[in-house]
Amino acid sequence: MEMLVTALICLPFLWAILPAVIHNSKLRAFFVYLGCGIVIVLSIVTAVQWYLAGGQALDFDLPYSGLFDEVILYGDLLLMCLITYLSFKYKRGVISLLAIVQTLLVAGLEVFGPELPAQPALHFDWLTLIMILIIGVIGSAIGIYAVGYMHGYHIHHHKELTDRRSFFLAMIFVFFGAMFGLVLSQSLVWMYFFWEITSVTSFLLIGYTRTEEAVANSFKALWMNLLGGCGIAAAIAVGILGYGTVNLYDIIANAIASPADMLCLLPIACLAFAALTKSAQFPFSGWLLGAMVAPTPSSALLHSATMVKAGVYLLIRVSAAMADNYVGNMVALIGGFTFLVASCLAISVSDGKKVLAYSTISNLGLIVACTGCGYEETIWAAVFLVIFHAVSKSMLFQCVGAIENTTGSRDVEDMQGLASIFPKLACILMIGIAGMFLAPFGMLISKWAALKAFIDTNSVYVSTLMVMFICFGSATTMFYWTKWMSKILGASPREKSRDLTKKNEYISMFFHAVLVIALILGFPWLSQNVLKPLTNSMFGTDVQVISYQNIIIMIVLLVGIFVIPCLNYFMTKNQKAKQVITYMGGANAGDNMSFISSTGDAKEMHISNFYMEDIMGEKKLFTPAIMISTFIIIVYMIIVIGGAF
Amino acid sequence: MSTIHKSPWLLHYDGSSCNGCDIEVLACTTPVYDVERFGVINTGNPMHADIFLITGGINSQNAEVVKQIYNQMPQPKVVIAVGTCACTGGIFKECYNIKGGADTVIPVDIYVPGCAARPESIIDGVVKGVALFKEKAAALAAEQKAN
Amino acid sequence: MISSRVITAVCYLLFAPFIIGLLDGFDRKISARMQGRKGPSVLQPFYDLKKLFEKEFLTANKIQLLMIRSYLFFIMLSGVIFFAGFDILLVVFSLSTAAMFLILASTSTHSPYSAQGTHRELVQIMSCEPMELLVAVGFYLAMGTFNVNEIAQGQMSPITFLPGFFVGFVFILTIKFRKSPFDIATSHHAHQEVIKGVTSEMVGKEYGMVTLAEWYENAILLGIVGLFFINSNPVSIVAAIVAILVVWFLEILIDNTSARVKWQLMLKLAWGVTIVAAGMNLFLLEIIRG
Repeated sequence: MEMLVTALICLPFLWAILPAVIHNSKLRAFFVYLGCGIVIVLSIVTAVQWYLAGGQALDFDLPYSGLFDEVILYGDLLLMCLITYLSFKYKRGVISLLAIVQTLLVAGLEVFGPELPAQPALHFDWLTLIMILIIGVIGSAIGIYAVGYMHGYHIHHHKELTDRRSFFLAMIFVFFGAMFGLVLSQSLVWMYFFWEITSVTSFLLIGYTRTEEAVANSFKALWMNLLGGCGIAAAIAVGILGYGTVNLYDIIANAIASPADMLCLLPIACLAFAALTKSAQFPFSGWLLGAMVAPTPSSALLHSATMVKAGVYLLIRVSAAMADNYVGNMVALIGGFTFLVASCLAISVSDGKKVLAYSTISNLGLIVACTGCGYEETIWAAVFLVIFHAVSKSMLFQCVGAIENTTGSRDVEDMQGLASIFPKLACILMIGIAGMFLAPFGMLISKWAALKAFIDTNSVYVSTLMVMFICFGSATTMFYWTKWMSKILGASPREKSRDLTKKNEYISMFFHAVLVIALILGFPWLSQNVLKPLTNSMFGTDVQVISYQNIIIMIVLLVGIFVIPCLNYFMTKNQKAKQVITYMGGANAGDNMSFISSTGDAKEMHISNFYMEDIMGEKKLFTPAIMISTFIIIVYMIIVIGGAF
Repeated sequence: MSTIHKSPWLLHYDGSSCNGCDIEVLACTTPVYDVERFGVINTGNPMHADIFLITGGINSQNAEVVKQIYNQMPQPKVVIAVGTCACTGGIFKECYNIKGGADTVIPVDIYVPGCAARPESIIDGVVKGVALFKEKAAALAAEQKAN
Repeated sequence: MISSRVITAVCYLLFAPFIIGLLDGFDRKISARMQGRKGPSVLQPFYDLKKLFEKEFLTANKIQLLMIRSYLFFIMLSGVIFFAGFDILLVVFSLSTAAMFLILASTSTHSPYSAQGTHRELVQIMSCEPMELLVAVGFYLAMGTFNVNEIAQGQMSPITFLPGFFVGFVFILTIKFRKSPFDIATSHHAHQEVIKGVTSEMVGKEYGMVTLAEWYENAILLGIVGLFFINSNPVSIVAAIVAILVVWFLEILIDNTSARVKWQLMLKLAWGVTIVAAGMNLFLLEIIRG
């Protein structure tokens, strides 16, 4: 087990050298495939081995643990220097302050601080298992997709950009290593190191194209994520000075043991704050939106499937310590608020990737809200959402990327009638969207559990507000997804053209589609054999979250949503029907696409979706949302910090 | 037994006219004449309509439109030309752009004369048209069976 | 116990269209009388429905028929979940899935009028959905369960705890029944609204199926109205029926005395009423529960 985990963390870091130094495109592609293959196999083998060994939580150290401690210490300093250099190079020196302060704090305490008791640095349990599978399987599939996508990106679309594919692919491997490390660490110092690496890779990938916009957005992402890093650094400081430990689980146990003591809550609050920035919750949502300038694979990998999940992962970890206290209330309110506001904002944008970005923020909001509640049901729901969201969203990003490479536009308005010109892409898009919001897919099950738990939450204000957030947020979520879906079917004004999507992109996308369907079908199994042990080990109780009866109904709905349309398809296939043109007041110019205008000649008809910019526009909602969420965070942080001292 | 004669939904189209007949058609739906007691509903959609009620004559611009709307109506359907203009072109008949009555572009089943046609006679025309449905529905059923 | 639940569900499938169709017939009759007309026969909705199924089948896109059949099926499924006494929250979710099929059906034709209707329909769904979910939440708060059969077996009628929810629900019923002033996507009966809104391109049996689905859906909605009044005492069934009839009459009255609004106003009104009526009630209930 130790060997496997060591390989899991170290191998991607080392493998990153290969794409970085190989510049022959075919050879590099081969090594990327090979690397992704190895990561998939390693992660699955690790997971299976642990599962078969009985699924007991393990605490262990890597071999040469002392060496790793050194590496991490110097790694921290190296990252600090890198950030300082880059921020001065691009004339944003202030940002380096954030990095310097936190790194020196952590490094100083580590070197000069009190001696800490030796404790294993790593931990493996059910949540780790799920995260490792998500990173390994979904991440590697995106890696495979990236090879084909980046080829199309540079060859067909962005000939003006310098080809830095080697760098891009190397960064992806670095990122794998960092994520594995992050979810396996139980020492906060280790976690902090990997956390910083993910921030920096994200920063570098957003700035990939080096355009002015990309650089500006990458620095925005950097400072917000560094701010989160400060949260972890603060938690480490409080841990070392207050209790003489940097072990995450000790800190959690402390907080659970004395829920009234604000000093015990303080590190939890700091960690939660860090997690909120990483998961791009309001008021830190700006960086994720800006991150959409990056090439699609990095959006899929970092900004929806895995990296933003790091924040949620941390929240799920500490959620038991957040049940019904100030920190939990803060997290729940921020999450619920983000869920509602981001889904409103998603209504008002038409850029496909931006819709995905807002919906990512919004879904993360729901997950964050679930963790903030800190009950067994909500953790169950949160983990479920993490899994579903990772798969569906990464698929959607890839699909929108492929559509953009093929049709030259990722605007939702330009996807009219996609089903008639690129049926394969349309099919993937439909499955992805359905997976995001429809009954009986993941969202529904999770929403059900979350609603139930929020009603039972102790605090009256939080409970009422959360229920309202979820009810209204569901409605707005439904709106923007359905209107996107409604574009896809129907006739298209475009001619059929060649599908430029590469085979490896399709492999990855179909793999995701199969995974979505498998997840849905395997949902009762997953709930019984993975999620239940997870919540049980976390809370030490044995509660059936969702009743047997409801599982049956969900399965019926599930079968319905696949079988009924298919059945109806076969039943209506031979239906005799006279083809007519659609009604346009009798003025169609012979087809459904154009009409005879008042001047007597044919004009093309455009149908546009509702965007409600007057009601839900970015201009109208974004700034107030940031203000309100900042207010919530500041008030609760003051309560916790003030209570601690 | 078909029930189409009990729920004839009507689509009203106005060609080249003085709008006198249109006002009378709308008068039919008012409480005074209450055409809905026969199950008649004024839909705006050829896809849902059973009766195509035309007022006014056919000119070169609306000929195509009338044909198109007629083709968008599912069988069985009845066409009623209301008012002298719809029947023959009426007072506009000799105009350079007028083709004549509705029957110059589509088959008309019932002619309701009058300038303007009175609501009573319009309702009378509709009821006559409704009677036609029985045989049209039977013909359609026979045709569907034959296929 | 189980057999009675099965019987209720089967009764729903068999008789809901007849009961709602008949109510619809009376609706038209009463509306006509309110307007000083004689009005059609009370059986008129059935004549209309039968006629629609007999008409020739024309279509602009064959996917539409598939989607509409799925829509009808999902509405029926939601009804079965409801009347068999299962989870009311799942009923709401299932209904919104059904609505998605209707949306896809109408946009698959790429027609300007149905697209217009579709987006208004989407706004309607968005206006109603929070209230529908909140009703489920309200029942859970009042009775401690989402299960319809357990809610119906309570000691007291849920309405005693949920007056605000009831007001909010009756408000959105006007939208759900496609009555004035909120008939902006397509009106009930066959009267026109932007041609025929979401159903513009549905011909003959397609439109017939949509009508049938609406009847099934209305049965669920009226069932929820009844659920507010039902408790373990059998007399409460009478109260529930009376309540349903009163609400139904109220909707007709509103329909005949108001003019159509714009969608912006509808959204604001619906959400406003939801927040004020249901939100207040929710808050108070939470306080009572501690």
